[in-house]
Amino acid sequence: MIPAQFEYARPSSVQEAVRALAEAGEDAKVLAGGQSLIPMLRMRLAVPSTVIDLGGVSDMRGVRDDGDALAIGAMTTYADVIRDPMVREHAPLVVQATETVADRQVRHMGTFGGALAHADPAGDMPSVALALDMMFDIEGPGGRRAVPAGEFFVDYFTSALSPDEILVSVRVPKLPGWGTHYEKFNRVAQAWAIVGVAAAVRRSGDTIEKARIALTNMGPTPVRARGVEEALAGAPATAEALASAAARADEGTAPTGDVSASSEYRSYLATVLTRRAVAAAAGIPQDG
Amino acid sequence: MTTAEAGPTPQVGAARSRKEDARLITGRTMWTENITLPGMLHLAILRSPMAHARITHLDVGPALEAPGVIAAFSGRDVADVQGSMPCAWPVTEDTVVPDYPPLAVDEVRHTGEPVAVVAARDRASAMDALEAIEVDYEPLPVVLGMEEALAENAPLVHGDQGTNKCYTWTFDSVQAGTGGDVAAAEADAEVVVKRRYTQQRLIPAFMEPRSVVVDPTGDQITMWSATQIPHILRLMLAMVTGIPEHKVRVVAPDVGGGFGGKLQVTPEEFIAFVAAQRTGRPVKYTESRSDTMMSGHHGRDQIQDVTLSARRDGTVTGLSIRLLANMGAYLGIVTPGVPILGAFMYNAIYKFPAYRFECTGVFTNTTKTDAYRGAGRPEATFAIERAMDELAAELDMDPIELRRRNWIKHEEFPFTTVATLTYDSGNYEAATDRAMELFGYDALRREQAERRRSGDRVQLGIGVSTYTEMCGLAPSRVLGSLRYGAGGWENASVRVLPTGKVEVITGTSPHGQSHETAWSQIAADQLGVAFEDVEVLHGDTRTSPKGLDTYGSRSLAVGGAALVHACERVVEKARPIAAHLLECDPADLEFTDGAFRVRGTPEAAKTIADCSLAVFTSHDLPEGVEPSLDSDATYDPANFSFPHGTHLCATEVDTETGRVRIRSYVAVDDVGRVVNPTIVEGQLHGGIAQGIAQALYEEASYDNDGNLLTGSFVDYLVPGAPDLPHMVTDRTETPAPDHPLGAKGVGEAGTIASTPAVVNAIVDALRPYGVTDVPMPCMPERVWRAIRDAREGAPEGSERS
Repeated sequence: MIPAQFEYARPSSVQEAVRALAEAGEDAKVLAGGQSLIPMLRMRLAVPSTVIDLGGVSDMRGVRDDGDALAIGAMTTYADVIRDPMVREHAPLVVQATETVADRQVRHMGTFGGALAHADPAGDMPSVALALDMMFDIEGPGGRRAVPAGEFFVDYFTSALSPDEILVSVRVPKLPGWGTHYEKFNRVAQAWAIVGVAAAVRRSGDTIEKARIALTNMGPTPVRARGVEEALAGAPATAEALASAAARADEGTAPTGDVSASSEYRSYLATVLTRRAVAAAAGIPQDG
Repeated sequence: MTTAEAGPTPQVGAARSRKEDARLITGRTMWTENITLPGMLHLAILRSPMAHARITHLDVGPALEAPGVIAAFSGRDVADVQGSMPCAWPVTEDTVVPDYPPLAVDEVRHTGEPVAVVAARDRASAMDALEAIEVDYEPLPVVLGMEEALAENAPLVHGDQGTNKCYTWTFDSVQAGTGGDVAAAEADAEVVVKRRYTQQRLIPAFMEPRSVVVDPTGDQITMWSATQIPHILRLMLAMVTGIPEHKVRVVAPDVGGGFGGKLQVTPEEFIAFVAAQRTGRPVKYTESRSDTMMSGHHGRDQIQDVTLSARRDGTVTGLSIRLLANMGAYLGIVTPGVPILGAFMYNAIYKFPAYRFECTGVFTNTTKTDAYRGAGRPEATFAIERAMDELAAELDMDPIELRRRNWIKHEEFPFTTVATLTYDSGNYEAATDRAMELFGYDALRREQAERRRSGDRVQLGIGVSTYTEMCGLAPSRVLGSLRYGAGGWENASVRVLPTGKVEVITGTSPHGQSHETAWSQIAADQLGVAFEDVEVLHGDTRTSPKGLDTYGSRSLAVGGAALVHACERVVEKARPIAAHLLECDPADLEFTDGAFRVRGTPEAAKTIADCSLAVFTSHDLPEGVEPSLDSDATYDPANFSFPHGTHLCATEVDTETGRVRIRSYVAVDDVGRVVNPTIVEGQLHGGIAQGIAQALYEEASYDNDGNLLTGSFVDYLVPGAPDLPHMVTDRTETPAPDHPLGAKGVGEAGTIASTPAVVNAIVDALRPYGVTDVPMPCMPERVWRAIRDAREGAPEGSERS
């Protein structure tokens, strides 16, 4: 349980980090909070030539008001995200989902941006990013670019980041008038989700105006439940309408099976949990 | 003159804080991994990635070229010196005991089996060098399931044995003369419940990974090991390697948990021993968590076929158990005996007139199984308590009422069971009544009925588990009759220092149990010294040369009795000295309230400290009295002790998702007289947590090629505090008549009792759906499938009556 040898760089600014990454070449790995990378290094599942530790890049930490959005620095820890008054006010879904991540120790080390850049479809942050339509600010040798959440997640543990790019911050839209909920289903509190559902819903009186629903661990990337969203748009805010819409939650998903759940069960759970998540987000009472 | 008008406060029964905690919690202590010796080398072990294969080529040469490497060798290199891992419990005359080389020589039989070792100047270099070792494997067919392994033409785990069967062990009450014939009972029965239960494979998830340091410097080889059994380890090292026993010293320093998982003599200990001898330098090996999970021994893994015969009034008339027990690929120190320990407990607290038990041990290409908290008894308790609930459902009888009709009544103790054991004492009525009161049994039954009536999505279930278990392993004669390779006695000695401070030396070997605290309490009361004035020494064969270590809830039940006897001998040795100091006849002295007093003149007193000072100077001792108070006692229990209790669990089952939530949990245990209630409560909380873990969360599983799928805590789910319910614990106290303190033992009780309570509660919640079982662990998907299958298999209204 000792990593193979690697070179180590600890830049103190984004520019330095980008330069270090370019110099290190393709086999480099970027270290954020280390909650995924360190175990992979220790098990020698990852054998990078260089580890670039962003722990010293202080301008990548913290939350800033950016008008219609909040800009969360990629190196902001989960714990700091949960505590931040702006996040609590404008992005309660982020707070709710982040509180379910692993355990307290992990939340004090793990970072918001690290979790997103890791692009684990079983992670909680990616589906939340999709449901909230977050915008990813990325920096590389060619400068800065912005990628919407819908284009960021490419495959298992693969994002739109090029090997020479770094995720600097993430803009989280403030969604006044929306209700949100994260429904996570796991076997023990610190485990990854078997299935998770991030729901953001805007109601207009007795009608659901718009819903954005994203699923955790239902395929190689977090995935929007488009069928449910379509069915909900303009639907009455009733348990019956919700139930029939939620039945479409597994459309277009490709869940896998593991020791805790088969793909069949995941597909079924997605429908149940979507119904519960939307009901909670939209304030629709459920039977039983 | 010392006066002691008011005697010291009794320590036994007091909730003293643990003496050990400060150093254990802060880690400022000696764990094996903390040990660093001059010139010490670090070992890394290459393990097989194959579940069954022939080693066709293995070359450690390239590893020797790697930086920092001092030595590297394979099983073939040490084939003539490494010996074969010992099994101390072949349960029958014809038990198959295969050769078990610490480092595989020609063939590997489970993933994770050690094949080569590297010794380097530092741990990282040793790990790096492993990658340079060249190995070629020729795959052999893999057999994983027990029934597949017993089928004709099954691939053989040990080709030279010609069979995958390790043994078949039987007990029949007809032959034992303790009861009738189960076949006749079944033929005459008005109701027969036949069930198959699977005890899934579990991994003992102790906190401290196993670690071993060997120092070959000098005349005596010293081994430090994170083990539960330093004394047995020393003996086995001597017997296997041929090094004389007195030239081997074994130390178990502070050990971070075991749960039976460190009741083992491990290949890694032997590999380190050989490495130290070959290099002539101290070596250290500390395994990773993945190593522990892959190659440390596992627990449970049995298939249980239960046939329970009864009359319609609920009276049980016969019990037949057929067991398959997975040994894994090799036999560990007590592998074959674990299911046999259960053989005596299936009849549980009930008066069965006929009983038969048959167990077949089976080899498979998996890591060996061996003791895990409860070892055989949780499995037995699960099967009988599940079957009793099934019988209650079959008879439409309250499960507690069914138990009442069949259990041994308190006035019937001592009671000799159909399985030949004599239960010492107990009061099942009192424990059950108390548990029902704390639980609010009737109110919960009413709520359950209401939820059933309203078709609530979340159904309520109530699970009952009434158990007893055999503690205090063990009377040596009984172990002998079961072909176990050692006795079951325990030793304690007491040294009284000149200043009146006391050293207690115990042959038991704590790894989290609080011996230092509890033994101090006992010695304080017995000798009239302060709790703080007692030091408890353990786990080093140099300071405590005699002992049989800690497992099977034996430390207090056996070792505690030895300590009481050793203390009594100190008092008897001090008596003539105290009489001399008090100028009276020894016969006129009584030892009460911590001091010797002349009968009728309680003011004049001499303490043990007074006597020890007199012994130290020896200026004025009575004629012929040996100047020492030090004493030693070895205690061989005449019988086991039988704690018991009633655990009640209420679960809420989300019938839509299959998720189970434990709503309330009540445990009323009777562990005899209690030395320290806080420690007892801690044992119960931890034990219940582990039992719940088996019911709901934990399972070691392999893929079809024999790769462990649950090789880390990501997949092997050990519950944490947020996953566990609030536990209400209470006690009744029926003293053990055969124990000088009346104590029984508590180390395994919680684990034994809790698993069936939880599963019974889940099944009870789902009975209206036609569900009669959910396989463990009852993870959400399995609960969901059980509901779905029952619905599909049995259309509404057609449930069995």
